[in-house]
Amino acid sequence: MANIASTTASAGTEVTARALRESVFAGLITLGLFVLFVGLKTDQNIRNELILTQRWGLLAIFVIIAMVGRFLMVAYVQPWLARRKAAKAAAPEVAKEESFFSRNFSRIAIVALILYPPVIVALFGIQGSLKWVDNFGIQILIYVMLAWGLNIVVGLAGLLDLGYVAFYAVGAYSYALLSTYFGLSFWVLLPVAGLLAACWGLVLGFPVLRLRGDYLAIVTLAFGEIIRLVLINWTEVTKGTFGVSGIAKATLFGIKFDASKDGFAALMGLPISSVYYKIFLFYLILGLCLITAFVTIRMRRMPIGRAWEALREDEIACKSLGINTVTTKLTAFAMGAMFGGIAGSFFAVRQGFVSPESFVFLESAVILAIVVLGGMGSLTGIAVAAVVMIGGTEILRELAFLKVIFGPNFTPELYRMLIFGLAMVVVMVWKPRGFVGSREPTAFLRERKAVSGSFTKEGHG
Amino acid sequence: MALETTTMTMTQDPILKVEHLSMRFGGLMAINDFSFEAHRGDITALIGPNGAGKTTVFNCITGFYKPTMGMITMKQRSGKEYLLERLPDFEITKHAKVARTFQNIRMFSGMTVLENLLVAQHNKLMLASGYTVLGLLGFPAYRQASREATELAKHWLEKASLIDRADDPAGDLPYGAQRRLEIARAMCTGPELLCLDEPAAGLNPRESHALNELLQGIRRDTGTSILLIEHDMSVVMEISDHVVVLEYGQKISDGTPDFVKNDPKVIAAYLGVEDEEVEEVIEQIEEIEGGQGGTKQ
Ligand SMILES: Nc1ncnc2c1ncn2[C@@H]1O[C@H](COP(=O)(O)OP(=O)(O)OP(=O)(O)O)[C@@H](O)[C@H]1O
Ligand SMILES: [Mg+2]
Repeated sequence: MANIASTTASAGTEVTARALRESVFAGLITLGLFVLFVGLKTDQNIRNELILTQRWGLLAIFVIIAMVGRFLMVAYVQPWLARRKAAKAAAPEVAKEESFFSRNFSRIAIVALILYPPVIVALFGIQGSLKWVDNFGIQILIYVMLAWGLNIVVGLAGLLDLGYVAFYAVGAYSYALLSTYFGLSFWVLLPVAGLLAACWGLVLGFPVLRLRGDYLAIVTLAFGEIIRLVLINWTEVTKGTFGVSGIAKATLFGIKFDASKDGFAALMGLPISSVYYKIFLFYLILGLCLITAFVTIRMRRMPIGRAWEALREDEIACKSLGINTVTTKLTAFAMGAMFGGIAGSFFAVRQGFVSPESFVFLESAVILAIVVLGGMGSLTGIAVAAVVMIGGTEILRELAFLKVIFGPNFTPELYRMLIFGLAMVVVMVWKPRGFVGSREPTAFLRERKAVSGSFTKEGHG
Repeated sequence: MALETTTMTMTQDPILKVEHLSMRFGGLMAINDFSFEAHRGDITALIGPNGAGKTTVFNCITGFYKPTMGMITMKQRSGKEYLLERLPDFEITKHAKVARTFQNIRMFSGMTVLENLLVAQHNKLMLASGYTVLGLLGFPAYRQASREATELAKHWLEKASLIDRADDPAGDLPYGAQRRLEIARAMCTGPELLCLDEPAAGLNPRESHALNELLQGIRRDTGTSILLIEHDMSVVMEISDHVVVLEYGQKISDGTPDFVKNDPKVIAAYLGVEDEEVEEVIEQIEEIEGGQGGTKQ
């Protein structure tokens, strides 16, 4: 007994000694790093001369933070993590009985989404609900649909596409232009936009699919930029940077959502408000998302979907099994592009205005980030990631109280990308395979066992 | 007697004819004017020292390399002939019915064992699902085909004694099981010629035995011809009907296992020994042969 106590005690002092040593090192490194650009600062004085300001106090604070941080890390955090890991390894693998909630997650989520608008209207009143339905509901669902579309290309087929927003743009402009110039209705143009985007997917696919990995990523990136530049410069048709405005709204079986006497509100005997249109759009995008999910789930269980995943795992093995990898890649590209195009035409109808501004590379990056964070291939994980990412940035707008702390000039939205990046790093450290790292098999003989993320590959392009 | 004559005619019927095959990589002539025939229903072994060009021959046959020169003819049971050097890689499996495995196992490791075998039946299922469209609409033809595909997969899983691991990720299997899975997967494409690149490499004796059983079962039950690259002499001598020896891209011997193993050129080349040591090597091989004589009967 005494023996054990003494060994633990000596281990404890050893750790503390090591922590002290490392904290001194960390302090030295910090000192070295920051001495020139924190400790010394060049300023201009009144006579426009450069003078050296010395900030030893600030430098000391930096060094102390680094030393204390390192000490705490080594002395407390690391042993705690190690203990937790050991405890986890020691604990016998208990057969996890999935809770009712996690088993029926998708069903519960769908019901919740269907009930979302009435609940919000009940909570915040007709006008108050506008923000919650539009900024949160519709905005997030658009990204869910886009990410699910991109998931086919990146998550299933393993082709890294950095220019996905191009298809979104093709869909949006297809609707905007065809409805403005030819007066076609939204319901006709929705599939047309999808098909046009799919065609662009094929057009891009043909030259690009010989490339792999990084090369593919760079070329898709360039393709995305080309589409945007065409939209900016082809002014006769696209009106360039001014964008296309006054895009026709969608109708529900021919009923318009406007203030006229045969508009939706008048027909239903409701007070005139723009909320009904937003709620209608909410259900519309929800329906589109569900179709995307349905098609994706269905396709995964079909030979084409399995071929996509096999392509991600090993392209050469695919060829050796008689799979035409070119058409397989092209269908993945076209399917992903189609959903992007449909989401794009929805975007156009929701905004009533499209301009090249909306289709910058950042959008592609955000969509890809959602796919990666969610866990490549997992629809549930991606939806959760979209809620966290897009919902999170929308929430930032609501954090007015931060102005009280940081002063009136503080605009939390500007920190969006910073937080976005930070969140990505944190999630990737904590769950390198995304929220849902495991893969659902598409067929089974006896029992469906999720495939751990450590076996699946990310694809090589 | 009747059986004898049929096997005789069968062995005279070439399934694969490789003529004057040459493959050049820059300045290196990896294969130089190499010709051989594989007969229907036979297990033909392609042997040779490291770097002799065996894998390159396979890559030419299965379309992964386009040969610099030469002609590769595949003759199916139906009498249809295919010039393999002119077909793109995937069509060689799809139409010419030549399947292969790889020297370094190529598994879809993130997919389950069963899924691996279903991917191998892609072309058949694609047709049944009306190129996905009919399947998406829920036509029953696809469901039927999918059930049959699972049955075929089950059949091969049982042959490869992998049925208990059907729902596990392929990457989770031990090495020997992955080798067998790769063969089962190739068989699911319904090939007439199966090309195996060092299937016994890295196997322990028990796994090696299971592999021999599997290969002989394949030949017996399906009549699939097998072309096999192998380093392990005992495997080659035990199961093959016909051996072709390659050294520095050139054929140095071709015949029955007995003929080849007594060919001094082969012994010298394959085992890389000096002439005076050949005698010794022959003795060693005879010992091995003695051991096999017992198991064969
Ligand atoms: N793609 C390639 N490019 C250049 N040289 C190659 C290529 N593939 C093979 N070679 C060369 O061709 C020769 C034959 O290689 P190959 O892989 O066919 O040998 P092998 O008989 O299969 O050997 P092992 O028993 O080691 O598998 C080697 O010298 C190799 O370096
Ligand atoms: Mg080889």
